[in-house]
Amino acid sequence: MSFTVAKGETVGIVGESGSGKSVTALAIMGILHPAARVTSGRAVFGGLDLVAASESQRREYRGRELSMIFQNPRAALNPIRTVGRQICDVLLRHANLPRVQVRPRAMELLARVQIPDAARRFDAYPFELSGGMCQRVMIALAIACAPALIVADEPTTGLDVTTQAGILDLLDELRRTTRTATIVITHDLGLAAERCDRIVVMHAGHVVETAPAHRLFTHPRHPYTARLIASTPRPGAKLTELTPITGAVPDLRGALPVCRYRSRCDRGTDACDEAPLPRIAVDDGHVVACRFPALT
Amino acid sequence: MNADTRAPLLDVRALTKYFPLRGTTARVHAVDDVTFAIARGESVGLVGESGCGKSTLVKLIARVLDPTDGRIYFDGADVGTIPAERFARVPARARIQMVFQDPADSLNPRFTAFDTIADPLRRLGTAPTGQSLRTRVAEVAELVGLPRALLGRYPHQLSGGQQQRVGIGRAIALRPSLLILDEPTSALDVSVQAVILHLLADLRERLGMAYLFVSHDLNVVRMVTERVLVMYLGRIVESGPAAAIFDAAAHPYTRALVPAIPVLGSARHRERVRLSGEPRSPVDPSPTTCRFFGRCPDGFERCEREMPVLAHITDDHEAACFAARR
Repeated sequence: MSFTVAKGETVGIVGESGSGKSVTALAIMGILHPAARVTSGRAVFGGLDLVAASESQRREYRGRELSMIFQNPRAALNPIRTVGRQICDVLLRHANLPRVQVRPRAMELLARVQIPDAARRFDAYPFELSGGMCQRVMIALAIACAPALIVADEPTTGLDVTTQAGILDLLDELRRTTRTATIVITHDLGLAAERCDRIVVMHAGHVVETAPAHRLFTHPRHPYTARLIASTPRPGAKLTELTPITGAVPDLRGALPVCRYRSRCDRGTDACDEAPLPRIAVDDGHVVACRFPALT
Repeated sequence: MNADTRAPLLDVRALTKYFPLRGTTARVHAVDDVTFAIARGESVGLVGESGCGKSTLVKLIARVLDPTDGRIYFDGADVGTIPAERFARVPARARIQMVFQDPADSLNPRFTAFDTIADPLRRLGTAPTGQSLRTRVAEVAELVGLPRALLGRYPHQLSGGQQQRVGIGRAIALRPSLLILDEPTSALDVSVQAVILHLLADLRERLGMAYLFVSHDLNVVRMVTERVLVMYLGRIVESGPAAAIFDAAAHPYTRALVPAIPVLGSARHRERVRLSGEPRSPVDPSPTTCRFFGRCPDGFERCEREMPVLAHITDDHEAACFAARR
């Protein structure tokens, strides 16, 4: 899989569970499960190949230049350390600040992520805060050292829609003011459409389509993208307009076909079994991994 | 809701559930003075944010939790007074059934699909053993589109969609007249969700069940329900036909909730009401202050000294707000 993120850009990675969205994020961050290995490829960040870099080099980057926002903030935060201390920890490790400035800076960060009454919340433990507040703390941790890239893995899954809107507004605002590049991993196509500049659609570990957000949702060219959109409920649409995707993702443990969507596809021909999987630029910034891109 | 002429299937009146806070005399008002009805065969949506009392309300109606106060009439009979622990053995149990959110969590891992579907039939059904049981389970599997070959499998050997078919099969095995669906598709991928939603619509048509469909996904609720109840901190703040709730919401909370859902293909960053602050505490809230006061963009001094109650906007559309949009 290949994709790029520019400064100040938000790229959405979408796909169903098991499509490889999160593994991609963990690989970029260099925090894959020890049993997993990046067998080939590179993740070049500002000139440095993160995959080839040593663990200590990566550790320097993580937290300072690269940071990650996880899905379940309450689980990702340290339960026995106050949220204020956790932010101080990051600042002490990466920020190169004089000690006396650490606490005030942490307080500032809590206010920056719009936590009301930040001075009081500084001494709160994660269990004392709502899910939305915990996610704001997590964002404060992520932006503590003004990173160049934030990877947000399902940052609002499990939060209420009004809370979600607030968190996403905050990420948007941070991106506008700091020009941070953001990768948002989500299963929610609506969220990706609304909040991302560009979308990467994944299916069974492959990128099947990449396009500017608006273009992708109005002119999907890969049959999987089109089916994914058709199976997403839209406001005012009738149930009869909602069409499921037939078949299942192939078993990733066995020998895999060239096109991993082949068995689910209704337009496939024998030509689809010929390697390599094509990557066709159908428009400016719009690439589709399909021999027979849909005409829309 | 004119209960007398329509003879509702479910009629809930002033239903209330308080949970005592351990070591204090304070109480969490999880469900507070909730009144609504569901007609036979009707599909009603229940929406609201986490902590608003949706799950407690559903548990009260499913009769696995006893109310603090209020009445639950099911098919004319007062079922709210039967203690939850005894309800499992009364005939009405068969007629109110529930489908849970996470099929992987709500299925017994040591039961095969067959046993899961057979369990309610063995306990309450008329065909508890032998060939008649096998025939009934096969019929149910057929209804929910579960291939017969999968009946011998355990939950971990089934996909998420198949697991949810088993969960639905268990719920409809006794042919209930009210099916409570608590976030039935939120653990599923959209492509699988589409399949399950079609299945649920099809079953309702074939079996004539009424649905109480709980979900935080308003786009889904809009597709599968005729009427929607909006809950906020233990109270129903708006109730009306699905179209009215989504296109002409009267309560300021609903007007903030509906546009907060990310939407495919809409103009990016639509105008929407942004809610500030956190919800009020559900612990002994003031009985004379609107629960939404403080977070509400339209709140004024009356909202702080008087609790608004549901009032008609149109014949079938009600909102509990002094500033309701008409």
